[in-house]
Amino acid sequence: MRALDIKLLRDFRRLWAQALAIALVLACGVAILLTTYGMYGALEDTRAAYYQRNRFADVFGDANRAPQALLPVILAIDGVRAAEVRVVEHVILDVPGRVETVTGRVLSLPDNGVAQLNLPLVRKGRLPDPTRPDEVAVNDPFAKANNLRPGDSFFANLNGQKRELTLTGTVLSPEFIYTIGPGALMPDNKSFGILWMPQRAVAAAFNMEGAFNSVSLKLDPAANQEAVIERLDVLLAPYGGRGAYGRDVQVSNSFIDAEIEQQRIGSMILPPIFYGISAFLVSMVIGRIIALERSEIGLLKAIGYSDLEVCLHYLLLAGMIAVAGTLLGWGVGTWLSRAVARMYAQFFDFPYLIYRVSYDAYVISGVLAVLSAAIGAGKSALAAARIAPAVAMSPPAPPRFKHTLLDKILTALRLSQPVMMILRSLVRWPGRSAMTILGLSLAAAVLVASSFFEDALDVLMDTTFHQANRQDAVLLFSPDVPETALAAIVKLPGVLSAEGQQFHAAILRHGHLEKETSIDARRPGSDLSRIVDGAGKIVDAPVDGVLLTKRLAAYLDAGAGDVIEVELRGGRNETHEIRVAGVVTQYFGLGAYMDLETLNRLLRQAPRISSANLLIDEQQLPALHQVLKETPELSGLMMLKEMRQSFDDTIKQNIVIMTTIYVVIAVLITFGVAYNGARIQLSERARELASLRILGFTRGEVSFILMGETMLLAVVAQPLGWLLGAGIAAVLSEGSTSDLYAIPLVLEPSGFARASLIVLAAALISSLIVRRRLDRLDLIQVMKTRE
Amino acid sequence: MPDIVFTTKGVTKVYDTGELKVHALAGVDLELFAGELTVLLGPSGSGKSTLLNILGGLDHATDGRVWFRDLELTRLGDRDLTQYRRDHVGFVFQFYNLIPSLTARENVQLVTDVADNPMHPGEALEQVGLAARMEHFPAELSGGEQQRVAIARAIAKRPEVLLCDEPTGALDSKTGVQVLEALKDINEQLGTTTAVITHNASIRKMANRVIYFQDGMIDRVEVNERQIAPSEISW
Repeated sequence: MRALDIKLLRDFRRLWAQALAIALVLACGVAILLTTYGMYGALEDTRAAYYQRNRFADVFGDANRAPQALLPVILAIDGVRAAEVRVVEHVILDVPGRVETVTGRVLSLPDNGVAQLNLPLVRKGRLPDPTRPDEVAVNDPFAKANNLRPGDSFFANLNGQKRELTLTGTVLSPEFIYTIGPGALMPDNKSFGILWMPQRAVAAAFNMEGAFNSVSLKLDPAANQEAVIERLDVLLAPYGGRGAYGRDVQVSNSFIDAEIEQQRIGSMILPPIFYGISAFLVSMVIGRIIALERSEIGLLKAIGYSDLEVCLHYLLLAGMIAVAGTLLGWGVGTWLSRAVARMYAQFFDFPYLIYRVSYDAYVISGVLAVLSAAIGAGKSALAAARIAPAVAMSPPAPPRFKHTLLDKILTALRLSQPVMMILRSLVRWPGRSAMTILGLSLAAAVLVASSFFEDALDVLMDTTFHQANRQDAVLLFSPDVPETALAAIVKLPGVLSAEGQQFHAAILRHGHLEKETSIDARRPGSDLSRIVDGAGKIVDAPVDGVLLTKRLAAYLDAGAGDVIEVELRGGRNETHEIRVAGVVTQYFGLGAYMDLETLNRLLRQAPRISSANLLIDEQQLPALHQVLKETPELSGLMMLKEMRQSFDDTIKQNIVIMTTIYVVIAVLITFGVAYNGARIQLSERARELASLRILGFTRGEVSFILMGETMLLAVVAQPLGWLLGAGIAAVLSEGSTSDLYAIPLVLEPSGFARASLIVLAAALISSLIVRRRLDRLDLIQVMKTRE
Repeated sequence: MPDIVFTTKGVTKVYDTGELKVHALAGVDLELFAGELTVLLGPSGSGKSTLLNILGGLDHATDGRVWFRDLELTRLGDRDLTQYRRDHVGFVFQFYNLIPSLTARENVQLVTDVADNPMHPGEALEQVGLAARMEHFPAELSGGEQQRVAIARAIAKRPEVLLCDEPTGALDSKTGVQVLEALKDINEQLGTTTAVITHNASIRKMANRVIYFQDGMIDRVEVNERQIAPSEISW
């Protein structure tokens, strides 16, 4: 091995602590890039493959009751390659051994038993026999949650008829990768299931012979989806069409879209921070090494090593740090991305997970690591190459401390000499001080951004579950029932009070902008489900106008006082001009609120309700469930207490994982920056500090100078960290906003305080580690060595 | 006619620090002869080191011309100067300039790695009497030993010229003499043209030729008919 290479290896070994501190930061960047990139790829690939293999439809349309004779007309729409019609209904299930009412969605399977689109994938058993009206297949997660196996049977209330159904198999479907029940905020496989039953059986039970209420279309690749949707709307309108839509708003698909988007944003925000900090740390360390090895550089050149060889020597040192960080990051990233992939496969109901090892991600993350190290070392290495050998061999000129205005101020402040030394050094190396501040502030920023999620979800939970929705249970009806039904509902066992609410599909238009949504109508003074605005104020649905959620208003570019067009879907499909009464901040959905009376007047009908909010006496819950299981009009039941609990549990678990990861990240960044900073200061100031010790300064006083600078920079970094953290939080909040939900930008003082405490503690520990070296400093040896 | 290795004509060197100009060399004409040991003597700041750096291709002259045999150094760019140093010149410095992370042998190897027809590192160390200390790190060697490693490193490439800048400057008399003996042996055994800078006048007696420097110029040149052995020198 060449002697210069031996020097390289020995230097690397000698610098192991500093190199490790940098390599860990770099490894974070590499691992996160691998994980997010890997997940992003895995989610996209898996979904694409699943959709293709199981022929997931491109366009969906719902109606009340359309004749099957419409199918050829739909098939004739330009660009439609395949179309399948079916009946989709809500059912109440009575699962043996379960007191609670379970709701389900039943989908009809074609008579020949072979679906053309949205093919169910059998996991266990088989699909129902088309000729057997009592056979059913259910979605696999539902079967698992309720301990159902092929051959088991349960009861279903199909349109008022209680029937015993036998489970033939469990399936997964591309339509239900994310299965969420009506009105629910997150999947609950125990209380909501999907049932596949033969067409004949469903049609007979729901009086839908020769008719359908749901259609799925597969389009040619070149088809104009907008035009197809428009045409389908026209065809379905006479039959109570509720507006056709594409995959982009299909519930399951849009949840996955939101998740993929989050992964994408994650892979764009965090890794650059790590790579940037690593570049800075490398530049600091290599810069110092080159300063220390000035005469050695001169010697190498005197011996006949070329500028390029000298430059490469130091670049290689940085390169070794990059390689160490990359290998570490690859190791962690490989493990982490697989673990996260498995977690996703569980969270989403994918039948398989296509996790292709993305060599691109490995190459990109490694190249970026080497590149950031090279950029960091580049300036110093080039300077080392450029330095003339004769100059390199003479000792460097002492750093120039100039008298500045600051000096006059400092002198006027009558500061102690150690404090002066600290402050002068900061001013002497402004670039390094600034970068150290930036590095430490990013550590704080990462923590602020992570606690933002926790605080935001707290606010979201509190507003949604404790302020806005205070009911114990929600009964959902499909179709709507007359409001007068409330009188009967209040009489159900255990029901203390009941309030009605109506949801009506609508298209809102303002100028050229339009959005399909649902109008939420209720009576003024509703107490169980309330509209709570961003400031926590209770708002009533307006009697003369429509109240828009903030995101919907932004979508439509409409504000209070503007008049928008509201097309009420289903039935007559009439369009009305309605004034926007106001805008209200809401975290879930893109809703619009109206007064129940007003909406039904526009629909020209007596008030109807889609759901009833209940206050329940828990003692009588079993009795209530007993009755509900016999209520065919019921399409869904949400028990809010359980929902709150499961939401809480899921979020708490996620928060603990997230917080741990972010704290580790922040500590690694802080350690990388503070430890290296202190080591370099110690190296630069060893003589100076030893001189002070010889002059009679105590260890404490001397380490004050060393630690003082690091800690001062750490303190100064905090406000910047808060600011950057708030910025990152804003980007995350913005990025996680979809049509489904919005994460509010909540920044609590406690979040800032916690971030700063962790960073300052990590900085203190880092500089204490360096202080131990200072304590062990051999005074005489240091004074003897030539700088 | 003796064989001339170095020739300089009117060499000047001005250091421009911005605020003031320092004339380190103010017109030097000189010749160094093959196989000779020349001592450059003069007080600090008289221009000795500057001249040595220019002869060694470490620095550029501000004006004037310098030849190494037929090669005009003052016409060479950085790249060619590096090649020149690599092929022809060995350096010994006052502060040894050993790489602390490399052993004595590896420090010598640093040179043999890039030289065309080098000695074996062990052979070079044997030449300076350090065969037994080859695997020691610089921190484990005395000052005199370190300087002898530096000499071994300088001669390992079999250079035509050996340029020594205050090789005994950091050493006491006894170890200094050991170092001088090593230099003398090499000069005699290998015939390496050697130039030694010193401000220690007692060393002049071992040289073939003594060049006195004063204020960036050559004051006078002395030729010693008889050279004394380093062991007879002390300071």
